[in-house]
Amino acid sequence: MTPDRIRSEVSAWLDANWRVDRPLIEWREILLDGGWAAPHWPEEWYGRGFTLDQTAVVAEVFREKDVVPAAQVGPRGLASETILACGSDDQKRRFLRPILTGEHTWCQLFSEPGSGSDLAGLSTRAEFKDGRWIVNGQKVWNTSAHHADFGLLVARTDWDVPKHQGISYFLLDMRQPGVEARPLRQMNGHQSFNEVFMTNAVVPPEDLIGGEGNGWHVAKTTLSFERRGFSRRVRGSSLDGPKQGPIYAEYEEELRIATEPYTWYPQREGRVDLVLPRARETGAINDPATRQEIAKLICLYTGAKLASDGAEARRKAGTTEIIPAGSIGKLAASVIARQASHVHTMISGAEAMLSGPDSAADGIVAEVLVSVPAISIAGGTDEIQRNIISERVLGMPKGFRADQGPFRDIKRNA
Amino acid sequence: MQTEFSKEQDLLRDVVARALRDKSPATAVREQMATDRGYDPNVWQELCGDAGLAGVHVPEVCGGAGGGAVELGIVAEEMGRTLFCGPWFASAAMAGTALLEAANEPDRQALLPGIADGSTIATLVLDDLNGPAGVGGSIRAEDGKLSGTAAMAVDAHVADLLLVTASGAGGLGLHAVEGGAPGLTVESLQVVDPTRKLSRVVFTEVPARRVGDVTAGALDRIWDRICSALAHEMIGGAQHLFETTVNYTKERFQFGRPIGSFQALKHRCADLLLEIEIARALTHHSARCLDAGEGEPYAASMAKAAAADACMSAARAGIQLRGGIGFTWENDTHLWFKRAKGSEVLFGTPAIHRERMMTMLEGAA
Repeated sequence: MTPDRIRSEVSAWLDANWRVDRPLIEWREILLDGGWAAPHWPEEWYGRGFTLDQTAVVAEVFREKDVVPAAQVGPRGLASETILACGSDDQKRRFLRPILTGEHTWCQLFSEPGSGSDLAGLSTRAEFKDGRWIVNGQKVWNTSAHHADFGLLVARTDWDVPKHQGISYFLLDMRQPGVEARPLRQMNGHQSFNEVFMTNAVVPPEDLIGGEGNGWHVAKTTLSFERRGFSRRVRGSSLDGPKQGPIYAEYEEELRIATEPYTWYPQREGRVDLVLPRARETGAINDPATRQEIAKLICLYTGAKLASDGAEARRKAGTTEIIPAGSIGKLAASVIARQASHVHTMISGAEAMLSGPDSAADGIVAEVLVSVPAISIAGGTDEIQRNIISERVLGMPKGFRADQGPFRDIKRNA
Repeated sequence: MQTEFSKEQDLLRDVVARALRDKSPATAVREQMATDRGYDPNVWQELCGDAGLAGVHVPEVCGGAGGGAVELGIVAEEMGRTLFCGPWFASAAMAGTALLEAANEPDRQALLPGIADGSTIATLVLDDLNGPAGVGGSIRAEDGKLSGTAAMAVDAHVADLLLVTASGAGGLGLHAVEGGAPGLTVESLQVVDPTRKLSRVVFTEVPARRVGDVTAGALDRIWDRICSALAHEMIGGAQHLFETTVNYTKERFQFGRPIGSFQALKHRCADLLLEIEIARALTHHSARCLDAGEGEPYAASMAKAAAADACMSAARAGIQLRGGIGFTWENDTHLWFKRAKGSEVLFGTPAIHRERMMTMLEGAA
């Protein structure tokens, strides 16, 4: 279908159905039944089989008409895409609809205190007893887990096979006595994540996804959506400015809850945009040493953007070369954030000791200084990115591994 | 503005790369760098006379191929990769650019065809190689004669034509001097990088013809174009150093395993890849900005600073990751290391270019 045709169809449908005085979930029920909730999904699952470009046209019309879209923000996007890709028809029937309407929120239960970079070394235990799975263990870095209805859980179901083969993937009901989420406070004072403790938590057999022992494959599917920025892309779906109508209040509240963990993310990236204004305001722009560091930052920032745009263009043109855009981009973001933090420190001088509303840029600079350390850790540490780049792009040999053979015999954290 | 290379430009790169692989292997580099002349006239004839590599950026009316900074950059990058020895950079990138940016039309048409087809070896003589602000202080033009000294000039020892910036009655001007002109002394200097020859050029009332005005704007444009070309050359060198070094880590065994399997080396290589990717993007961008006449006015300075740092990083890693063998004369790595060092400081150190960037962006400190 051509963009114009899509545009006119979706416009006509919205003109007939969109109203600001409906309750949020009621509107989304209509949206789902109309087939406009997830146009890139297949027709039998609320979609139209559109390409991502075609879907972007639909999203554009929604934005122009200030129409509230299907619920997408946060980890629920990872849940729906994973279930769509790997779930049974029964699972799709039960879980997809309430994700799109916003009735259910989700969280990801992957990392553990004992397995961070080495996700496949996880040791949360799931045992099949009396016709159901019993889960025991601890997860960490679980965004939104404290209010989530369901969790995407990876747990070990077989300890006698190599580590990637003994993992299974479950859809865990978070609203049960055996599951407890506790907020985790970060060094920058924010609480964006939780720890989740599972003590004899129960999963019915029909909520195992992808088959027993196939959890690593399903987890990789989730991670690939995460890398493609599914959760991030839709984070920007907030409608511009205040809108009149009851549905907007409900929608804004949903967005506020879902995006609350991410308010400090721009600071984590170093706030390059504040560097020149701050340098002018403080007079540091006239300091030769600071000018050198600002210039280095501009080179890094501009060059990384050009390199990433170039890689994207070559990818679109169908190149066969290995383009490590993901790992290189992530490593570049770390380097840029660190340099920006360094420059902010030079610019502020002694004032960099202060934080809060009376400090530089209303506390934003202080937040940069204590948030940047996260960027080289979250989503795969710089060290892991360097391993990926050196092995997959440069073809350098893999290092010695001490985690072969049955998982039971591998040394791990106590 | 262009954001990718065209098919024609890719083809040019392939042709140049193939020719240089054939004509400028490391053995030829070692042979030529040991000579006073510094290049092989037969190879020069093939690359410039036959293949036209000195005229890729010269308009067709002046005997060139009609390209621009992008084409010049492509040739420079491939020459940097193979460490080509010869006066191409002085003649095409420096003197050619100076004529294009500052010479009067008749002189462009008179002088550029010889440069473009390689029959004339030219160079640009500047009395300061650190930054445009210092140019014009040491060489004076008076009554059609030049006097003064250029402390360092690239490939002046083989130049048939010297284009000299000198101050005189009409302000800073570009002056054409014939090689071997009376009063002209060209003394070869001992250099760190023997693949790029430098000379001290002393002018004692040397007859010269003023071929154009060098306004501050023209001097900046000349500087930018030369720096962009030099950044390309450095990116080619950085890429060669990087590829050979990564390959070495895959072949060298210690402790029963290839040293490239150690994370200390892998991580250094990954960081180096990132640094080179960023510098390459800035470098290619600088040429596109120059050709389109848009983009950041300081694009060439970004490129020069980033490419110099990346090339030196690659050179340092190239020596370090090879260990002892990397420090020997016998191993080729030092040839690229020395070129990297020379190019890092020629036409402004990275620090000078970063300050130049900031001055363009925010005014002087």
